[in-house]
Amino acid sequence: MSDSNLVQIKGLRDGLLVTLGEAGWSVLHTALLGQIDEKSDFFKGARLALDVGPQDLHVVEMTALRDELSERGITLWAVLSNSSATENTAQILGLATRLSKLRPDTITQVHEPSAEDSAMWVKRTVRSGVRLEHEGNVVVLGDVNPGAEIIASGSVIVWGRLRGVVHAGAQGDKDAVVCALDLSPTQLRIATEIATTPERRSQPYPEMARLKEGHLEAEPWHPG
Amino acid sequence: MTAKVVTIASGKGGVGKTTAVANIAVGLAQDGRKVVCIDGDIGLRNLDVIMGLENRIVYDIVDVVEGRCRLRQAMIRDKRLPELFLIPAAQTRDKNAVSPSDMVRLCDELRQECEWVLIDSPAGIERGFRNSIAPADKVLIVTNPEVSAVRDADRVIGLLEAEGKTDQGLIINRLNLSMVKRGDMLSVDDVLDLLAIELVGIVPEDENVIVSSNRGTPIVLDGKSKASQAFINISQRLQGQHVPFIDLEDHDGLWSRLTKFAKGGE
Repeated sequence: MSDSNLVQIKGLRDGLLVTLGEAGWSVLHTALLGQIDEKSDFFKGARLALDVGPQDLHVVEMTALRDELSERGITLWAVLSNSSATENTAQILGLATRLSKLRPDTITQVHEPSAEDSAMWVKRTVRSGVRLEHEGNVVVLGDVNPGAEIIASGSVIVWGRLRGVVHAGAQGDKDAVVCALDLSPTQLRIATEIATTPERRSQPYPEMARLKEGHLEAEPWHPG
Repeated sequence: MTAKVVTIASGKGGVGKTTAVANIAVGLAQDGRKVVCIDGDIGLRNLDVIMGLENRIVYDIVDVVEGRCRLRQAMIRDKRLPELFLIPAAQTRDKNAVSPSDMVRLCDELRQECEWVLIDSPAGIERGFRNSIAPADKVLIVTNPEVSAVRDADRVIGLLEAEGKTDQGLIINRLNLSMVKRGDMLSVDDVLDLLAIELVGIVPEDENVIVSSNRGTPIVLDGKSKASQAFINISQRLQGQHVPFIDLEDHDGLWSRLTKFAKGGE
């Protein structure tokens, strides 16, 4: 297969969408850079969204690519993939994982029961600038710091301090809840309701926030 | 010799990265180490001014990268300490004149030449920052006890973690103890609580730091003040020594609690 079949380029409103074909990563990587170097004038200064399909990309590969693109004057702003490992990597690096419109294949997944039951497992501190989006529930073992955002179509559970922005039931699920050992988010949203945290308490305790008759309420959480 | 490459970063500007680089470098050089500082802030160079070496610049880092001079030619020897060198940034170019891989190559060459390479990262998280952290073995994050500076430090720590740069240390600069006591400034505990990385130094606010920076004589060379002692302690901790955190007050209390020599409560 020639390079041009492996690398499809499409113009978008806010940049270029490059879709990679099916091959090993090293082949695709070479083909992509080859294409770019061939048309360097066209690519210079571009914002690039890269659809890598099912490729599993880790931090090393993605940062290497981002730096190589950056050396060619190209900004990598989004990495689209149906591999959850790759999405995870992109989110860690602060790259977008979807274009402004939902991709057709993610829209069809919304009402499948599997999405409802799945949870994204995050075992680290979610720091400022990181935005985690997930179709389903999100469980964080660690803190969510101010400046971080967690957007879930289901519920969000934080085993730690929640101080960033959290949106549960982001696609309208009014039964979604948000729980944290210290629930002090910058902003808390469930479905379409928005609240901010009142004055900080001296001694934090676990709380669960939910919608009651259309209003956001947080109550202390007691085991049993 | 195999140098350790340490990058000093912060995210937010104006928190004291450049001052920290100059003073830690002087501290290491006073211990007899051979140290090379690199100014990573191409286009907005400052480190040469603070070290008082501005008028000695002939070649800069871009000249090295673009092959107009040899590495040795761009290393400016300090006028006080013969084992301290500076590779200045170019003032008339921008961050894109150097790439992360250029920095890695340059530092690999320097590793043979000296014991410590300190890189002064520019503010921000863009190209200049990525250039500066690319070759780092360790990254020191400088922050002030202010909400915005801590927020940016948190972002930087997250980016470093994502790139696998997990050897990190925190410097809390410009701590004003009386403001902390009045509850008008974040305490060391507040900052550590949020950032959760290893603390390598607490530098008290001291107007002499500004005076000495303006004079091009890093405050460590003056020696006496608590800020100067704090920077010396950081350079000793970098070398693996266990140095207790200095008592910023003359009596026990809040400070001793922070420094883990608690007598319990206040």
